[in-house]
Amino acid sequence: MATIETHRTPVIARAADGSATSQKLQRTWDGKPGLGGWLSTVDHKEIGKRYIVTAFIFLLIGGLEALAMRVQLARPNQTLLTPEQYNQLFTMHGVTMIFLYALPVLSGFSNYLWPLLLGSRDMAFPRLNALSYWVFLFAGIFLYCSFPLGKAPNDGWFNYVPYASLAYNPGPNIDVYALGMVLLGISTTVGSINFVVTLARTRAPGMSLNRVPILVWGTVTASVGNLFAVPAVSLAFFLLWMDRQAGAHFFDSTAGGQPLLWQHLFWMFGHPWVYAIVLPAMGIVSDGLPVLCRRPLVGYTAVALSTVTTMVLGFGVWVHHMFATGLPILSLSYFSAASMTIVIPSAVAVFAWIATIWTGRPVFTTAFLFFTGFVLLFVIGGVSGFMTAAVPVDWQLTRTYFVVAHLHYVIIGINVFPVVGGIYFWFPKATGRLMNEAFGKWTFWVMFIGFNVAFFPMHILGLLGMPRRTYTYADNLGWGTPNLIVTIGAFVFGLGIMLFLVNAFVSLRHGRPAGPNPWDASSLEWSTSSPPPVYNFAVIPMVASRYPLWENRLDDGPDRSSVGTGLVLDKERETIGTSVLDAEPDVILKMPGDSYLPLLVAVAMTAVFTCMLLHSWWGAGIAAVATFLGSVGWLWPRRALAQIET
Amino acid sequence: MAETFIHNRQLPVGSQGHLASGWWGMLMLIATEAMLFAYLLFSYFYLASHALSPWPPNGPPSLRIAVPGTLILIAGSVVMWWGERGIERGKTRRLIVGLSLALVLGVLFLVLQGSEWKGEPFTLRTNVYGSLYFTITGFHMFHVIVGLLVLAVLLVWAARGDFDANRHSAASIGVIYWHFVTIVWLAVFFTFYIAPRLG
Ligand code: HEM
Repeated sequence: MATIETHRTPVIARAADGSATSQKLQRTWDGKPGLGGWLSTVDHKEIGKRYIVTAFIFLLIGGLEALAMRVQLARPNQTLLTPEQYNQLFTMHGVTMIFLYALPVLSGFSNYLWPLLLGSRDMAFPRLNALSYWVFLFAGIFLYCSFPLGKAPNDGWFNYVPYASLAYNPGPNIDVYALGMVLLGISTTVGSINFVVTLARTRAPGMSLNRVPILVWGTVTASVGNLFAVPAVSLAFFLLWMDRQAGAHFFDSTAGGQPLLWQHLFWMFGHPWVYAIVLPAMGIVSDGLPVLCRRPLVGYTAVALSTVTTMVLGFGVWVHHMFATGLPILSLSYFSAASMTIVIPSAVAVFAWIATIWTGRPVFTTAFLFFTGFVLLFVIGGVSGFMTAAVPVDWQLTRTYFVVAHLHYVIIGINVFPVVGGIYFWFPKATGRLMNEAFGKWTFWVMFIGFNVAFFPMHILGLLGMPRRTYTYADNLGWGTPNLIVTIGAFVFGLGIMLFLVNAFVSLRHGRPAGPNPWDASSLEWSTSSPPPVYNFAVIPMVASRYPLWENRLDDGPDRSSVGTGLVLDKERETIGTSVLDAEPDVILKMPGDSYLPLLVAVAMTAVFTCMLLHSWWGAGIAAVATFLGSVGWLWPRRALAQIET
Repeated sequence: MAETFIHNRQLPVGSQGHLASGWWGMLMLIATEAMLFAYLLFSYFYLASHALSPWPPNGPPSLRIAVPGTLILIAGSVVMWWGERGIERGKTRRLIVGLSLALVLGVLFLVLQGSEWKGEPFTLRTNVYGSLYFTITGFHMFHVIVGLLVLAVLLVWAARGDFDANRHSAASIGVIYWHFVTIVWLAVFFTFYIAPRLG
C-alpha cells in the first residue's frame, strides 16, 4: 500500500456542481442506496432533516395531549379525564414540548444548516452527529414507554420531590422519567460537543468569528450552555433514581437529605436551558429577517454579544424559579435584580430587529410574517416575564394560569414562530421547491389569531385566581367563559399547525422550483444548488466578509470572497480545518464515511437504560459491554482517516 | 484577495496531534464532566451545610488508605505523561511502558478504594452522608474504570505499532482523560478527607 501523505498544499481551482471535480466528489460522498444507507448515513443534511421531522412528530403528540386537556377544561366540572390522567397529560405535554420538541427542532436546523453556513462539508464529528440523533429518538420513545400502560411521568416537567419520591409515587412513572432524561442528556451532550468543535475548527478559510451568521452564535451559545447545565439535571435525575431504587437519601429529609437540593439542581439546569431553546431560534430570525428586509442586520456585533450575555446571565438567575420557597430576602433581591437585567440584552436584540425592519425594504413573504409575529410575541412575553421577575408579583401569580400564559407566549412565540418561519425560509434550500406563499400567509393568520385567542385569556384566568395544573373547576367561579375561549383558540392554533404541515407536504412535490438562491440572500448556503449535493460545496469557498454573496452590492471595502473558486479537496472525504479566531487553514481533515456503529451504540446504550428500568442488572452489564465494544470499533485507528500510517 | 493567505501553504493531512478534531472533542467532554463533578460536590457541601447533626456523622474519614491512593493516582499520571512524551519522539516502547505502569497503578487504586469501601461501618442507605460518600466516590471509581479501559485499548494499539511520532492523537486524547480522572480525584479527596478537618 502507498504510504499515507502527511502534508499537501491544497489546490485552488474553479469548480461548479456538474463539473468533473463534483462528479468525483459525488462518488466519494454518496451513501449506500436503500435501507442500509438510511440507517448508516452520517450526512449532516439527512440527520438535520430527521431531527426536524422527529421533533415535529413530538410537537404533534404534545399538541394532542394539550388539546385533550383543553377539552377537559372547556367547561366546569367535566369528567372526561381523571385527575391522574390529567397529571400524566400535563407532565408528558411539558416534557415532550420542552425536551423532545423545542431543543431538538433547533438542533435539526443547526445540523442541517451549519456546514452550509460555514462553507464546510460536514460537522466536525459526523458519526457522533448520527449517534446524537439516534439517542434522542430512542430516549423519546423510552420516555413514552409507560404511557400506554397509564403509568407515565405524572409530577410535572420539573418533577419536584417529595411528590416524586418513592413513598408518594411508587409506580414506574418517575423512574421512566429519571432514566429517560439521563439518556436524553447523553444525546444533548454529544450534540453540543459537536457544535462547539465544528464552530471552532471547520469554518471556511477567512470566516473569522466576527463573520459567522447569528444562528451560529445562537447555537454555539446554547451548546456551551448545555455542556455546563445538562450535567446538573442528569445528576439530579440520577440521584433521584438512587433514592428511589438504591435506598439513598439525597432528597429525604428524614435522613439528612434536602428536598430543596432537587430544586437547586433542576433550575441550575432549567434556566440556561430556557435560553438554549430560544437563542438559536432568535438566530434564525436574525439571519432570515434581514434578507427579507433587503439589508444587513442592524447591529450585528451588539446582537452577537447580547446572545452570549443572555446565557451568562441565565446561569445567574436559577433561583428566581424558587421565590416562593422561603429563601433569605437578601438572596431573593439579588436574583430578582439579575432576572431583570436579563431584559437588557433581549431589548438590544429587539431593537436590532425593529431597526432592521424600519430601515429596510421589507418583502412581505410568509417567513417575514412569522419573523415579525415573533418579534411582537417576544415583547409581550418579555413584559409578563419582567412582571414575574418582581418578587412580590411572583408570590401572587406563581402557580396560577398567568404563568401558563407567560410560558406559552415565551416558548411558542420565541420557538415555534421562528421555527415555522425558518422552515418557510429554508425549505427551498433543502428541497429545491418553494412552499406556497398565498396559502402560507393564510396559515400565518390562523396560527397567530388562534395563538392569541388561546393564550391571552389565560393571563386573565390567572389574575382571577385559576391555579395551574388543575384538572377541573367549579362553575360558580366565573372561569367558564374564558376557558371556553381558550379551548377554541387552542383548536384554531392546532388547525394552523396542520395547515402548515399540509403546505409543506404538498409543496414537497408540487412547489415552484426554487433555484439556488430564491430570496437573493447573502450567506454561503445560498451559493450551492438546492437541494445541496452530498458534498455541499464542489470547492471550499474563501470568505472575506460577513455577507459573501452581497459584497458587490454593499460595496464596503475592496475584499471579495471567492465562492465558485476555492480549495479542491477531492481525495477521499476531506474538508478544511481552520484556526479558532481567524479561520486560517491549518490542517486538511479526513472525514469518516457512513457507518452502522452510531446506530448500534445507540441501541446498546438504550438497552442499558431499559435493563436498569427493569432491574435486570445482568442485562445492563451485557449492554454496557456492547456499548464499550461498539465504541472501540468506532474509534479503532484507521488508515483511511489518516489516524495511522503503518 | 482572499486566497493569498492560502497559496503555497503546506498543510498537514489527517489526525495530527492537537489538530485532530478528537482532541478538541475530548476537551469539551472533560469540561462537561468537570461540571458533573462540580454539581456532585455542590450537593455534598449543600447537604453538609444544612446538616443538623455533626458532619461527617462518624468524624472525618481516615486518611490511612486515601493518602496512598492519591499518591498512586498522581504517580499514574506522571508515568503517563512520560510515556506520551516518548511517543511524541517516536518511542513506542516508552509509550507501552507508560501505559502498562499506569494501568497497574490504576488497578491498585481501585483495589485500595474497594478495601476502604469494605471497611466502612455505614452503607449507602444509612444516612445522607453514606449516600454521598458511596455515590461520589463511586462516580469517580466509574471514571477510573473507564479510564483503565481506555488505557488498555491504547496499549493494544501501541503494541500493534499503530502509533508513531506523527500519528498518535488517540494516545494524547486518552492520556488527557486520564489526567482529568486524577485531577477530579484531588477535588473529591479534598472534599471528603481534608475539608472536614479544616472546620
Ligand atoms: C396547541 C398548543 C398548546 C396548547 C393548547 C397548550 C396547552 C397547555 C395546557 C392546557 C397546559 C396545562 C396547564 C395546567 O393545567 O397547568 C400546558 C402546560 C405546559 N405547556 Fe403547553 N400548550 C401548547 C403548546 C405548547 C408548546 C409548543 C410548548 C413548548 C414548546 C408547551 C409547553 C408547556 C409546558 C412546559 C407546560 C407546563 C407543564 C407542567 O405544568 O409541568 N406547550 N399547555
